[in-house]
Amino acid sequence: MGTRIYNVFIVSKSGGLIYDYDHSSSSGTIHSLEVEKTFGYPLDIRLATENRKIVVEFGARDGIATGHVLASMNGVPVEGMSEEKIQEFIGKEANYPLSLKFGRPRLSTNEKIVLASMFYPFYALAVQLSPEIGSSGIKELETDTFKLYCCQTLTGVKFIVVAEPKTSGSTGIESLLDKIYELYADYALKNPFYSLEMPIRADLFDTHLGVAIDQIERTGFI
Amino acid sequence: MSRQSNRTTDSKKMNAELFTLTYGALVTQLCKDYENDEEVNKQLDKMGYNIGVRLIEDFLARSSVGRCQDFRETADVIAKVAFKMYLGIAPSVTNWSPAGDEFSLILESNPLVDFVELPDNHTSLVYSNLLCGVLRGALEMVQMAVDVKFSQDTLRGDNVTEIRMKFIKRMEENLPAGDE
Repeated sequence: MGTRIYNVFIVSKSGGLIYDYDHSSSSGTIHSLEVEKTFGYPLDIRLATENRKIVVEFGARDGIATGHVLASMNGVPVEGMSEEKIQEFIGKEANYPLSLKFGRPRLSTNEKIVLASMFYPFYALAVQLSPEIGSSGIKELETDTFKLYCCQTLTGVKFIVVAEPKTSGSTGIESLLDKIYELYADYALKNPFYSLEMPIRADLFDTHLGVAIDQIERTGFI
Repeated sequence: MSRQSNRTTDSKKMNAELFTLTYGALVTQLCKDYENDEEVNKQLDKMGYNIGVRLIEDFLARSSVGRCQDFRETADVIAKVAFKMYLGIAPSVTNWSPAGDEFSLILESNPLVDFVELPDNHTSLVYSNLLCGVLRGALEMVQMAVDVKFSQDTLRGDNVTEIRMKFIKRMEENLPAGDE
């Protein structure tokens, strides 16, 4: 058994995000689980508005946790609705019982770009901080809930894989990173219509990357 | 999916003749499009450069070559690994300058010119100039500025084909973090 893969990012030499792949959205793994529940009036969890999203501020229950965002009301996605309207709708007793769906907030493209450009100086910082000369920079970054693997090529492109932390056994991430580099060389760079340093929009690349990730998740190697 | 499916990304072996002919068609077209040979040489070099900056990633992804610590190592990798991989030949490395910043690649055979004879009106055409561009572009991506040119060419009556490589500088400003 391999490791569950959450995300793949490619950061160009100049620190721009040129590719991102959200594996949870394509395979529907538990990681991006959404919870739907029918509520009676008054609502027993506290909601707040944050960054133009309705967020659970307090009152975690039945799989709905603090920090989750409102995804839909009575089956209608809330995307595009103004916060005032949503708050008003939720505040009216006449609208109950009300079925609300909550989920982990997804990163928007903009947020991903910001995170990628934050990682870039962070990586350089790690090199500078090294007590020995010749540090490679960040290769792995570990937390309770995920592990980030980074591999920088000699030409300065960074391949980043975010995966489930695994304490024992082979994860196969090393070979996945090599594989992604190979796919990048094949399906991005050999495409005559792709210009260097620009975002990669290639279906062939997506498809092959998806296959490689599935294989790593299932077997642990490529 | 099965292991087989990954084969598609392995580099495929192909007939060198098809490559030779395609390159011939390219050069012929350029000769038609541009009046003088100098301009054709320039275009070939430019195309080569654009190929080189992409090909280097393919090379690094497929070979487990690390960063070169000196120019001699670079010479070895180019001759023994890269040329072998993409053209199926292994040129010899000779004529080192005393400072070790210049060497020659001697190509006994050049697959690009297999069926080629230069007509009399193309005396200044450097037929395989694409190779210079490729080498220059690829090395630039690994932060080495190198001057590459043909100093001998069998097409022009020399015994061997010789590519002269001159190391100019290491492009420190482009060095990725963690590779000092």
